[in-house]
Amino acid sequence: MAKWFETHLPKIVLAPSFIAILIFVYGFIAWTAWVSLTRSRLLPRYEIEGFIQYDRLFASPRWDTAMNNLYIFGALFIGVSMILGLILAILLDQQIRVEGAIRTIYLYPMALSMIVTGTAWKWILNPGLGLEAMVKGWGYENFTFDWLVNPDMAIYTVVLAAIWQSSGFVMALFLAGLRSVDTEIIRAAQIDGIPTWRVYVSIIIPSMAPIFLSAFIVLAHLAIKAFDLVIALTGGGPGYATDLPATYMYAMAFSRGDIGQAAASAMIMMLVVFAIVVPYLYSELRARND
Amino acid sequence: MKYTTLAAISSLALSVATIGHAEPQAEVLHWWTSGGEAKAVGVLQEEFAENGGSWTDMPVAGGGGDAAMTALRARVLSGNAPTAVQLKGPAIQEWYEEGVLADISSVAEAEGWADILPASIAGHMKCEDTWCAAPVNVHRVDWIWANADVLESNGIEMPTTWDEFNAAAEKLQEAGVIPLAHGGQAWQDATVFETVVLGLGGPEFFQKALVDLDPEALTSDTMKASFDQMRTLRGYVDDNFSGRDWNLATAMVMNGEAAFQIMGDWAKGEFLAAGKVPGEDFLCASTPGDGYLYNVDSFAMFNVDGDDKKAGQDLLAKLIVGPNFQKVFNMNKGSIPVRTDVALDEFDMCAQKSSEDMTAASDSGALLPSYAHGMALRGAQAGAITDVVTAHFNSDMSSDEAVQMLADAVANSM
Amino acid sequence: MTDVSATPAPAATSERPRGRSFGKIALRWLLYIVLGLFALYYLMPLFVMLTTSLKSLEEIRTGDLLSLPRELTFDAWRTAWSEACTGIQCEGVKPYFWNSVMLAVPAVLISTLLGAMNGYVIAQWRFPGANIIFALMLFGCFIPFQVVLLPMARMLGLMGIAGTIPGLIFVHVIYGLGFTTLFFRNYYVTIPVELVKAAKVDGAGFVRIFFAIFLPLSIPIIVVSVIWQFTQIWNDFLFGVSFSQAGTQPVTVALNNIVNSTTGVKEYNVDMAAAIIAALPTLLVYIVAGKYFIRGLTAGSVKG
Repeated sequence: MAKWFETHLPKIVLAPSFIAILIFVYGFIAWTAWVSLTRSRLLPRYEIEGFIQYDRLFASPRWDTAMNNLYIFGALFIGVSMILGLILAILLDQQIRVEGAIRTIYLYPMALSMIVTGTAWKWILNPGLGLEAMVKGWGYENFTFDWLVNPDMAIYTVVLAAIWQSSGFVMALFLAGLRSVDTEIIRAAQIDGIPTWRVYVSIIIPSMAPIFLSAFIVLAHLAIKAFDLVIALTGGGPGYATDLPATYMYAMAFSRGDIGQAAASAMIMMLVVFAIVVPYLYSELRARND
Repeated sequence: MKYTTLAAISSLALSVATIGHAEPQAEVLHWWTSGGEAKAVGVLQEEFAENGGSWTDMPVAGGGGDAAMTALRARVLSGNAPTAVQLKGPAIQEWYEEGVLADISSVAEAEGWADILPASIAGHMKCEDTWCAAPVNVHRVDWIWANADVLESNGIEMPTTWDEFNAAAEKLQEAGVIPLAHGGQAWQDATVFETVVLGLGGPEFFQKALVDLDPEALTSDTMKASFDQMRTLRGYVDDNFSGRDWNLATAMVMNGEAAFQIMGDWAKGEFLAAGKVPGEDFLCASTPGDGYLYNVDSFAMFNVDGDDKKAGQDLLAKLIVGPNFQKVFNMNKGSIPVRTDVALDEFDMCAQKSSEDMTAASDSGALLPSYAHGMALRGAQAGAITDVVTAHFNSDMSSDEAVQMLADAVANSM
Repeated sequence: MTDVSATPAPAATSERPRGRSFGKIALRWLLYIVLGLFALYYLMPLFVMLTTSLKSLEEIRTGDLLSLPRELTFDAWRTAWSEACTGIQCEGVKPYFWNSVMLAVPAVLISTLLGAMNGYVIAQWRFPGANIIFALMLFGCFIPFQVVLLPMARMLGLMGIAGTIPGLIFVHVIYGLGFTTLFFRNYYVTIPVELVKAAKVDGAGFVRIFFAIFLPLSIPIIVVSVIWQFTQIWNDFLFGVSFSQAGTQPVTVALNNIVNSTTGVKEYNVDMAAAIIAALPTLLVYIVAGKYFIRGLTAGSVKG
């Protein structure tokens, strides 16, 4: 009996968390899928009515904008944060005297909630009050930086603020990764006369592939959560030019009492996330299994 | 044997006593959290306490109630609804349909609400044939505010038609003043839009288009003209309007940077807080055209357990429509009492005008619910219309396209 | 420090003495300038928030955003802490601070502990399907909270903990499990399996190995997990507003009430002060524990 217990203890320990995730993540996704097939309005109803919510969703111009923004925002945010984080990590890796202070400065934005980030950047990017006004005040009359109020450019302000918030964290991840690369290999390469930049490109960065996994997961999670940031920074505007699926879903569910529609948008959003994350996870975890 | 009888009798007596003396309790969910509004709601809490009630405050600010509605849904679904909730318009009936509202008809009948409330407003407070909500105030939405000095020095009178407004705006632009101060948030775009529709189409058209959602009205020439006027107005606002808070736009009028603002009567609160005098420093008038668009705040009572909470609901309902609260609250908030028998001598001239107009509009059938502030339509439809309005205002969409998009969006939202 | 720049110097300088070291100095300067510019980018919003919170309303209305306050006033801070109106009560954010502490500390500790145990199991006690279970748990990191809000409300109601602090702790632990498990699993995977084998030979069981061997080794990654979880939980608004009631609302709800009143007068300086106060614990955590953070991620850590 004790032997059986001992052999199965690992699984028993893991079980509560796993079951909790099954219920509270997958169970709830299933619930959302169910509700997306109903005509739920203010509160959920459970009579299945078919795919009307999806028809309505794809007929909505605002949803098109939201999905487009998700692609633009997601790609730029994750891509630039990774690249910026990597560059900053490499720069900081060069034996800087004030490394501790600089690192803290780059890292602290992550400590702030997205509401605070959005509010602060909203001020800075406001043409009449912030950067544009200040530079004009310095005498450069023709300086414009009105992305925030421009329907075509507004989404890039969200990208800017989001990168500000998280690139420091990514930098920390990469810095840690850079420093855990085996020094023997590096010395060997240098003795062979390979220039510094090539050491980075051909040896160090490829061996950091696993860290890209963690960074990617963190960034993807934040991209999905960017809801708070959009609400605080642009309120979804101008018009609905900076709408994202998460804000669309929230508006439908809680402002408009249209929970069926919200559920449908949530399902589509999760499908997109699924389609991107799963292949990545698969390739990473598969490789490690060997 | 004797003891058990004694015990039984005394416990019976005790329970009778407690039923008779249920202490009114209420947990109130609302979003009046800023200094002025909170003070106004504080008046209700004091009265509640004076009558033996205990108030538990559950404030959730933001988005004109969005965050509060989120919290409300979660609370209702978890079986733990608050006692009273700040709800307005068709949302009240929507919640009633989910079967979660309580019945306060006993209070309404005892206090004679049917006689002292304007008919169309009373209609909002009823769920089928029972009363389920208590109205707090009447905000007028279709106000236009102006800087008195700017108007005088440019020789402009308050416009009574949209053509007059456009002419005045042209003059102002030449003089280097921003004609219209506007904050670019969706609800503000919607506010301006509905005053334009009311002004150009008249009360009947407004009713058909934005309340009844008649497809013909939505695609009519009058609607196209409304979008044309919105496009014209777009030329009269400054470039930095996007995302601006409404009170910053009011500040622009106050300091003479801009001449006009179209906003509900809570803007008056800003003027008064800055020490401006109505009629001298700033002018108030209804937006060009006839009609009266109202926005009535109210508290809906939810189904809760416990005699003390039910007693709390009855007491709250009674106090909310009571003459004292109606007067004090509205003087602090900038709106007018919903009770028609409250004397308005202590209110300022804009409020008195509002009250006169309300009575007149009620008689002539021009007292209409505001769509932009959630009085006329359910959330899904109102939201769909606002999406189109704000998209049109922030782009160079043509009026034909806008009108088509409007009809499609409304159909899609049903 | 990855010893890249240290070694080549001797060999290089003997080949190109003058020009090379000048080039190196120039590069160093460039490096510092670039780092400095980025530092400005990161610091600017904090600067704006701080200066705004120290100005009077008049000055904000008439002045420039990025200018220093003409007249320093701390009134906004006092108001934000104990006088700002969050509803009928005008007591500032002080009362809600404690709610956030009572909610965040247990939630962080519990989710970290559970994550450590899960990571231990998945990394060291591989059984068939362990990786699939890990992947499934990982997916939990991606679910947007708005989606789970309503069904969770129902669940909490059924469990009888709706509107309570334990209820909020429960919710945050569940949705933090994905991340904490990720961190610990990645960390433990780099610890050689031989260690466990040797311990087993010595007669130690599953539990003893965990507490006696792994946990002591895990300080760095515990720090990482605690920092991440604390930030997420302390800064959360959505769960806080939906699953609390009067008396259990966390500080983010109070901040929202102060900053986002719709038809009231806005006091921007109080808003900024309140935002900074609400952010102080997390800022402190990052500033103080920042270096342990890097150490935690370096020491054997994230790769693998």
